[in-house]
Amino acid sequence: MKFFGLLSVIIVGFLLLSATKDFPNWGDEDSPANSGPVSSFYIEKTEEKTKVPNMVTAVLADYRGYDTMFETVVIFIAGIGIIAVLRTYGNNESIPKNQVGDEGAGLLARMTCSLILPFIQLFALYVVAHGHHSPGGGFQGGVMLGASYILLALAYGLARAKSCFSEKRTLVFAALGIFIYVGWGVLCLVMGSEFLNYSALDSILPGGVEMARSHSMLAVEIGVALTVTAIMFSMFSNLSTKGRLDKGL
Amino acid sequence: MDIIIASFLEDSIVPKFNYWIYVILMMIGLYAMITKNNLIKKLIGMAIFQTAIILLYVSVGVKADANIPIISHHGEKDHVEHAQNENLDSASEGSSHHGSKKEYHVIDKNKFANPLPHVLMLTAIVVGVSTLGLALAISQKVHGSFGTLEEDEILDQLRPGGHD
Repeated sequence: MKFFGLLSVIIVGFLLLSATKDFPNWGDEDSPANSGPVSSFYIEKTEEKTKVPNMVTAVLADYRGYDTMFETVVIFIAGIGIIAVLRTYGNNESIPKNQVGDEGAGLLARMTCSLILPFIQLFALYVVAHGHHSPGGGFQGGVMLGASYILLALAYGLARAKSCFSEKRTLVFAALGIFIYVGWGVLCLVMGSEFLNYSALDSILPGGVEMARSHSMLAVEIGVALTVTAIMFSMFSNLSTKGRLDKGL
Repeated sequence: MDIIIASFLEDSIVPKFNYWIYVILMMIGLYAMITKNNLIKKLIGMAIFQTAIILLYVSVGVKADANIPIISHHGEKDHVEHAQNENLDSASEGSSHHGSKKEYHVIDKNKFANPLPHVLMLTAIVVGVSTLGLALAISQKVHGSFGTLEEDEILDQLRPGGHD
């Protein structure tokens, strides 16, 4: 088994490596991927058309809005799937009360966490809110915000983190994020344009068509961030307690 | 012999080293997925495989003299643009690639990395996290019902004539 595995891996690797001589060189500006019309359009026109200097966010939240919407739905489904697979209810006699790890980490770790947690959360919110002007966006900021709750659970015990972000609240937030995203698309539909065509919203958002698209990107990023935050914390709390949600690591 | 190796290095490894790295990483991941007996090790192999693919795509989008695909605003130009959209004459100065006054966004596309692979790989990373989380949950459940994560022991228990 090991031999055949190694053999097939080496064959695949050899085939891929022998194909690389037709690939463009490292950093080639004229390669098909870099000189194609699509990426050139994104680089040259995004700021003119959307007033968003971060092209990645602009492409992600506007031009490929459908993709990102269903990406958020993928995260949501993964979180729901983890809950469906792992979550157990009822009494757990097998777990003794007040076992090690109940009260979280030691004093130093707890003090450090209580000092840096507000800054982590503030920075996460900045990454979400400023994601279309600087590196960042809904996914990145959402992961950081979720990580701050995971840090809280590691330092102070899962019960403390759950008092901030209970299981019900995680699910409500996860669904609310998708609701914001889809609702924003439906709003475009109501305003008389296509689904997720943000330029239809210029009559209700200030600043003209371009700024309407920019603001809409912020709105859908906030939705994405809500979902990602909730699902990240839900994943951690379910995986670390085998679905019992009683005590963390 | 030395000349052959040197020319091989110069022609196919040095200008295309990103492909070599991705192929080697992919081989490591694929080998782990095929031959490793432990389910968690298989998942680690899958993560390495995903990383290799992400590396391939992002390295394809690299341009030699390019920066990140974010158009930087120079100081107060940002505010000028937001405050007065029509008065573009004052906004177009201060930057080398903001040329004429009609089109104040004359952007040299070779100054910015290709944003499209970044966007696609953001999707791939997110899907990778989702699949990894779900796979970990399922392997935890497998461990709960079989008491082991070794593939051959699980198959032994699943076999009709097997022990247990």
